[in-house]
Amino acid sequence: MTENELIWRLAGGSGDGIDSTSQNFAKVLMRSGLHVFTHRHYPSRIRGGHTYAELRSKATPVRSRGDGYNFLLALGDSFARSPDEEAYYGNEEVKPLVENLDDLRDGGIIVYDEGLIDIDDVDSVLETSLEALAAEHDWHVYPLDLRDIATDHGREVMRNTAGVGATAALISLDLDPIEALMSDSMSGDALEANLTILEAAYDQVRDEHEIDHDVVLPEGTHEEAPVLLSGSHGVAYGALDAGCRFISGYPMTPWTEVFTILSQHLPEYGGVSEQVEDEIAAAGMAIGASHAGVKAMSGSSGGGFALMSELLGTAEMTETPVVFVEAMRGGPSTGMPTKPEQGDLDHVLYSSQGDSNRIVFAPGTIEECYEQTRRAFELAYEYQLPAIVIIDQKLSGEYRTVPDSVFTESAPDPDPGTVLTEEEIEDAAHHASGSYLRFQYDTDDGVVPRTLPGQKGGRFLTTGNEHNPAGHISEDPENRRQQVDRRRAKQETIREVLDETGTHQTRYGAEDARYGILVWGSQQSTVFEAVDRLNETDNSVSALGVSEMMPFPESEVADFLESVEEAVVVEMNSDGQFRGLVQRELGAYGNRLSSLLKYDGNPFEPAEVVDGVRAVITDDPGVTPPTTRLEPTKATNSR
Amino acid sequence: MSAFNAIGADQEVDTDAFTPGVEPRATWCPGCGDFAVLKTLKQAMVERGKNPDEVLLVTGIGCSGKLSSYFESYGFHSIHGRSLPVARAATLANPDLEVVAAGGDGDGYGIGGNHFTHTARENHDMTYIVFNNEIFGLTKGQTSPTSPKGHKSKTQPSGSAKNPIRPLEWGLNAGATYIARTAAVNPRQATEILVEAMDHDGFAHVDFLTQCPTWNKDAKQYVPYIDVQDSEDFEFDVHDRDEAAQMMRETDTRLHEGEILTGRFFVEEGRPSYSEEKRQTGQMPDKPIVEQYFDEDAEWKPSSDLLDRHR
Repeated sequence: MTENELIWRLAGGSGDGIDSTSQNFAKVLMRSGLHVFTHRHYPSRIRGGHTYAELRSKATPVRSRGDGYNFLLALGDSFARSPDEEAYYGNEEVKPLVENLDDLRDGGIIVYDEGLIDIDDVDSVLETSLEALAAEHDWHVYPLDLRDIATDHGREVMRNTAGVGATAALISLDLDPIEALMSDSMSGDALEANLTILEAAYDQVRDEHEIDHDVVLPEGTHEEAPVLLSGSHGVAYGALDAGCRFISGYPMTPWTEVFTILSQHLPEYGGVSEQVEDEIAAAGMAIGASHAGVKAMSGSSGGGFALMSELLGTAEMTETPVVFVEAMRGGPSTGMPTKPEQGDLDHVLYSSQGDSNRIVFAPGTIEECYEQTRRAFELAYEYQLPAIVIIDQKLSGEYRTVPDSVFTESAPDPDPGTVLTEEEIEDAAHHASGSYLRFQYDTDDGVVPRTLPGQKGGRFLTTGNEHNPAGHISEDPENRRQQVDRRRAKQETIREVLDETGTHQTRYGAEDARYGILVWGSQQSTVFEAVDRLNETDNSVSALGVSEMMPFPESEVADFLESVEEAVVVEMNSDGQFRGLVQRELGAYGNRLSSLLKYDGNPFEPAEVVDGVRAVITDDPGVTPPTTRLEPTKATNSR
Repeated sequence: MSAFNAIGADQEVDTDAFTPGVEPRATWCPGCGDFAVLKTLKQAMVERGKNPDEVLLVTGIGCSGKLSSYFESYGFHSIHGRSLPVARAATLANPDLEVVAAGGDGDGYGIGGNHFTHTARENHDMTYIVFNNEIFGLTKGQTSPTSPKGHKSKTQPSGSAKNPIRPLEWGLNAGATYIARTAAVNPRQATEILVEAMDHDGFAHVDFLTQCPTWNKDAKQYVPYIDVQDSEDFEFDVHDRDEAAQMMRETDTRLHEGEILTGRFFVEEGRPSYSEEKRQTGQMPDKPIVEQYFDEDAEWKPSSDLLDRHR
């Protein structure tokens, strides 16, 4: 039997307060003892356009969207209405209702604002009646004039509060935690009006409607104190605790979220945030700040990251530690600014001229965003090379409950990495001229400690040109080989360090599985949920969530692939970039790997993964979900 | 207790201290104006009592970018057009450093023009030297942003159809608070101007005319030059933005006609530098950010202090 869950979808116009209302409601559910996962869907517009937020809530930890949902609160799109006339632009205002019916589960609840949504318009758009559809699917429909309730006691924009009050009445949620939360964030007349509206809507539902549905609020308690936050918070807080005290950036969706959080808090943490003229400057400034000794970060999304390419190579050549974030969205070019995609993996791995020498982590969860951002700083500053944390619009913007211990377990890390102190500089090797030999060949792990401008006796030259041990430009072949080999050695060193101290791959599912799923980044949680479902029938599937993109965890991935007969690589792009990486790194398994790809702007839902994997298992492409593409094994590329 | 004791160290230095022992002879052509920048920069450092370990010289790409190879200090030879972002971040990380950025006219007024505009606008406490030879030298003589209209080169065989950039007015409009032009042929004035530029508490823009004897032969050696402060023909107040703008316009127009005017063109005293603005508005700590990594008593606030808003 499926566990009791509430999946609440709040649909309305972009600009109707969907985000804030859903986040507040998520917090209420969290405070009521439940685990919550939020998904938001929105177009790239400030106002207008249909949008929704979805909360999935259970008594046990919830890590992804469900399949469909069971409670629709359709506010109607208030911005579809001309403010001057009472005229509507076509039937836009009914879209939050009619466009969400496909995913509503049988037995689900519909609440809609009949103040904005005219049932005749709904029926004409549907080309059938809502009543008939409801009868067919056992939907329980509650029309309420939310606008009327809101304007009666306050202002029209408070319709969402009325909707929340109605929701509470329909799922038997106590109003106390909602009122407490409202009191935290509002005061005066606004608070009074909202409280009145909340109660009025609650009472109206209770008084005027017979409640005859089966959807109820789950009951639960938290074993550990939870917090509700996003992957962007995970990255930003990881950076703070890694000792990052400088960020430079230029706004671009969805990277802006990480940039905003750090910009708000860095000054109170003794750091500096810089919004600058372009991403080239942003990358250059992070490198400049780091060269001067500050742990620094920059980042962008695909297009902005492209502008950073040349300086990324400069960080590699000058051995300047720095951390970049790449928050992917649909590409190429401007692509789909507010839609998630995993199409920038190759871009992040190989961008910039010359060989690549960097660390790339792709965290799969909020917890991993925090941990891997910390690790990225630690390794970048220890081994003096750029580290990139690659996330996407799904992970960056989804709020979920996680235990607060994730953020409290280890203390902040003020270690500036392999940097000499002035005392150590005195004993270090210098050129006869007095300059420090920053790029000596003779090291075990490829790393020569840095000195920082202003340190006595530490002066050196660094350059984006190939250079000799003293940092001066050199095109001597022997020196070139020595320097390339030394820098390259860092990759092996880091691989060994990760293998010894703990890697960032997550294995999930059956022990002796016959089938495997390889997944990276934000799709990990969805795949794990799919694994649970696939294993309900015959326990034959196991997944490996891979986070270390460079240096690549060859043996871990190879061991996993050796342990299964066949594997499906699940990713949100159309090239199968991660599958390509696996093949490139391992040079084998071509006859065992197929790809399940999705690139329509929406992340995978668990059922799509289930069906896609079944298509591979049963060798029946006919069951592949229409929203995805299955690319079969490349037998010619076999071992 | 600072971890950066070269800064402000009481130390007698001469120009030899800024001469690296490691690099072979400069690769600049005989008669190149770039030698004068190197020489006067060393002299200006000595006159300011600076030592090589407290100076960060960030250069771009081009003949001018080689400056950091021949100048002994902390050096960052960056990439084409990007010296200013690297340099200005260093002033934020450690405001007590003596930060100088340098590059050519293609580097600063062409590919890096956006950074020039915004670094000047932000008024970072640093000095930017633009080697202006009105040509791309290292890549063998192509037309540059400051080349005169009609300039012929292999990439502009019929002559440039563009008017040249007017760097002085650009710097003024962008927000630089010290703007001067000097010439390689006048090392005395150049040294004085570099000393003033580094003393200046804000973004100092020095357009340094450096003749290119190899690729810009037909053009000028920038002689004779006129120092606008010494000449009685020019009356204007360097502290007056409007008068400065007018003088700059005339100066660049005359440059294109072959007459060389040099000197100080604009000085704005009293406008806080960017670091100062940020400190005053609570966006930057009083102590250099970098010091906290070496201060055992520094407090490292955990991110968990922010969790209440998520409960």
